[in-house]
Amino acid sequence: MGAVVALDTLLQQRQVWKGQPTGLPAHIQPTGHAALDAALPAGGWPDTALSEILYARDGMGELQLLWPTLARLSQAGERIMLVAPPFIPYVPAWQAAGIDQRQLVMVDAAGDQALWAAEQCLRSGCFGAVICWPQRAGDRALRRIQVAAETGETLAFAYRPLAESANPSPAALRLVIDDAAGQVRVLKCRGGRPSANAISIRAGR
Amino acid sequence: MRWACILFPQLALDGVLRHREDPKAALALIAGPAQRRMLQTVTPAARELGLRPGMTLTAARALTDEFVIAEYDEKQIEHWHHLLAAWAYRFSSHVSLHYPRALLLEVQSSMGLFGPWLHFEQRLRNELDAMGFRHRIALAPNPAAARMLANSHDGIAVPDRHALRETLGRMSVERIGLAGETATAFSRMGLRRLHQVLALPRDTLARRFPEQVLRHIDTLLGDRPLVLDCFAPPDFFDVRIELNFDVESNQTLFFPVKRLVSDLAAFLAGRDSGVQRFILHLEHRNLEDTRLTVGLLAAERESEMLFELTRGRLETLQIPAPVQAVRLVARDLPRFVPESSQLFEDRPQQKLPWEQLRERLRARLGDDAVLDICSHPDHRPEHAWRQQAAGKPDLAVALPLRPGWLVSEPVALGDDAGQILAGPERIESGWWDGADVRRDYYLIRTEHGQLAWAFRQVGQAGPFWLHGWFA
Repeated sequence: MGAVVALDTLLQQRQVWKGQPTGLPAHIQPTGHAALDAALPAGGWPDTALSEILYARDGMGELQLLWPTLARLSQAGERIMLVAPPFIPYVPAWQAAGIDQRQLVMVDAAGDQALWAAEQCLRSGCFGAVICWPQRAGDRALRRIQVAAETGETLAFAYRPLAESANPSPAALRLVIDDAAGQVRVLKCRGGRPSANAISIRAGR
Repeated sequence: MRWACILFPQLALDGVLRHREDPKAALALIAGPAQRRMLQTVTPAARELGLRPGMTLTAARALTDEFVIAEYDEKQIEHWHHLLAAWAYRFSSHVSLHYPRALLLEVQSSMGLFGPWLHFEQRLRNELDAMGFRHRIALAPNPAAARMLANSHDGIAVPDRHALRETLGRMSVERIGLAGETATAFSRMGLRRLHQVLALPRDTLARRFPEQVLRHIDTLLGDRPLVLDCFAPPDFFDVRIELNFDVESNQTLFFPVKRLVSDLAAFLAGRDSGVQRFILHLEHRNLEDTRLTVGLLAAERESEMLFELTRGRLETLQIPAPVQAVRLVARDLPRFVPESSQLFEDRPQQKLPWEQLRERLRARLGDDAVLDICSHPDHRPEHAWRQQAAGKPDLAVALPLRPGWLVSEPVALGDDAGQILAGPERIESGWWDGADVRRDYYLIRTEHGQLAWAFRQVGQAGPFWLHGWFA
C-alpha cells in the first residue's frame, strides 16, 4: 500500500478506464419544453431510440408532453404514426397544438400485432415519430422496438402504465408522469444521470 | 420470336428422387388399383435389377427385393410442372405449360438480359441440375417445333425457318407428335421421314388423312400459329412433401426442409419477390400439425439464409410425435427490395416507401387497419373528426379548448365527478341529420388530478358523461 502510483501511469498502462461521455447525436430532437431539454443529456429526446413515457392515468398531460415535438416534426413534413392509440385522437385539439393533420396516420391493431406494426413502421424509416401503447410488452418486445428505432433512425415513443416503472426496460429514456399534473420525472436516461427533481412541462393554461 | 422447349423426360421420378438423400437408389414408381399394382417408371439402378415399367408389383417382388417403391402421383407431377414453370418465369415473361412434362419459353426477348443462347442455355441447365431435374432443351423459331425437336435432340438450336424445315425433314414421322395411326400409315406407305411427307402434293395428303395432320405439319413449320396460354405464377407458395417413413429426429427433417426452402427461393426469384413470413407444418398421424412460423424482419429470398433461419428454429423445436409429412406455406410475399444506400440521403435506412409499408400493414392487419385521420368542420365532437383513405384537406377550424383524446362511447362519471374548472360550453347541433345533440360541456378535474371533458344533456341533472381526456 505504501507505493504511490501516479494516475498517469495507470492510465497509460490501460489499467484504469475513464468513462468517456458519449458524443452528442448528430440531430438534436428538442422536446419543446425548455426545462426538460435542459435536464436531458442529449438536449432533447434521444435520437433514433425508444423513449418511454410512464403515466398513472389518462388525462395527466401525457399527450401534451409530446405535442410540441410532433408539431415540429409534422411541420417539417415528417409523418407521424400512432400505433393502436387507446382513444380516438381528437384532431381539432391536435391541430390546435400545431400538428399538421395531413401527416397523422393511425394503425388499428391489438396485442402482438400492434407491436409488429410498430416495429415495421420504425424499421421502414418512413416516419418522423412512431408512438405506441404496448400492452403487457415484455423486455424482449421493447428491445425489438428499441433496435428497430435504431435501424430506422426514427424517434420511438411508448406509453406505458406507471406500474411498469418497477421493471427494467431497454428504453434510452424513461419519463414518469405521476399524480402532480404537469410534472415529469426522469427515471432513466442514457448518457447522463437523471436528476431526481420533477420538471414542469405545462406551459400554463 | 425464338422458343425454347425444356422437356423433362422423367419428371415423376425426379420429383420423388430429389427428396431422397441417395438419388442413385433403385426406385420404382407404382400405380394402378390395389389388386393390380404396376410399375410405372423405374430408375436406371432398378432397371439393372431387371425391373421394367409395366411389370406388376408381385412380379417385381418375385425378381428382387432390393428396391423401394413410391406412388406415381399425377397431382405431384402437375405440381412439379407448375413449380418449374414458376422457376422459368424468371427467364421469360412468356412461359407456357401447353405440353405435358415440358415447358415452352419465349427466349428471344430475354436474350438481351441473359446473353446469347449459349450462355443462357448453360444457365438454365445449371439451375435445373441444381434442382435435380433431368431435362432436354431445344430451341426453334416456333413452339411446336421446339417441342418436337426436344423429342430426339438435346441442345439443338435451330436459327431460322429454312434450317427448321431441313432439320424437321430429317426427323422420323413417328417422333413429330402425329397421332399413332397416322404415323404408322405413313411408315407403311414408305414415308419414314418428314421430308418425304412434305414432298407429297398437299391435296393428296388432305384427301387421304384427317385435317389434323396437315394442320399439325403447318404448325410445326411455323405456317400456322400455335395458340398458347401464358403461365401466371401463383400468388402464394404451398408445397408439401410426404415422407416415406415416420421421422422422429429433427436432424432427419433437415434434408426435406432444405429442398422445400430452395424451392421457395426459386419461386421467389421467379416472382421477384421476397418472403417475410412462412409457416412450416410438420404433420403427425393423430395429432394436430406442429407449426413452425419463421418470421423475418425484412423480405428475403436467399435460399441459404432462409434455410439457416429455419434450421435454427427447427433445432430447438419439441416435436410431440413422429412426423409424416412436411409442408411449407408462404403467403406474405412482399416485393424484394435489395439493400441500397444512396449517397445523399437523410435516412439511409429508409428502405421501404410508405406505400409499400402501408400495403404490408394492410395485408397483415386487415384492409381497414391503416387510417388517416382528419378533422371535419362540425361542432359535434363525434363528427368533428373523420377517418379517411387518402387526399385529406387541411381545414383549420377555430374551436375552444378541446381534449386530445376522445372516448368513442361516452362513459358515465360517478356522482363524485370532481371539480368543475370551466364550462358550461353548449354544443347544440345536428337536428338536420337525425343525430341531434344538445349538451353542456364542462372541463372537470377528477379526484386523481385527471383533466376530463364531460357533458350533461341540456336540462337534465343526471351524471356527467365523460367524452374526452385532456391528455
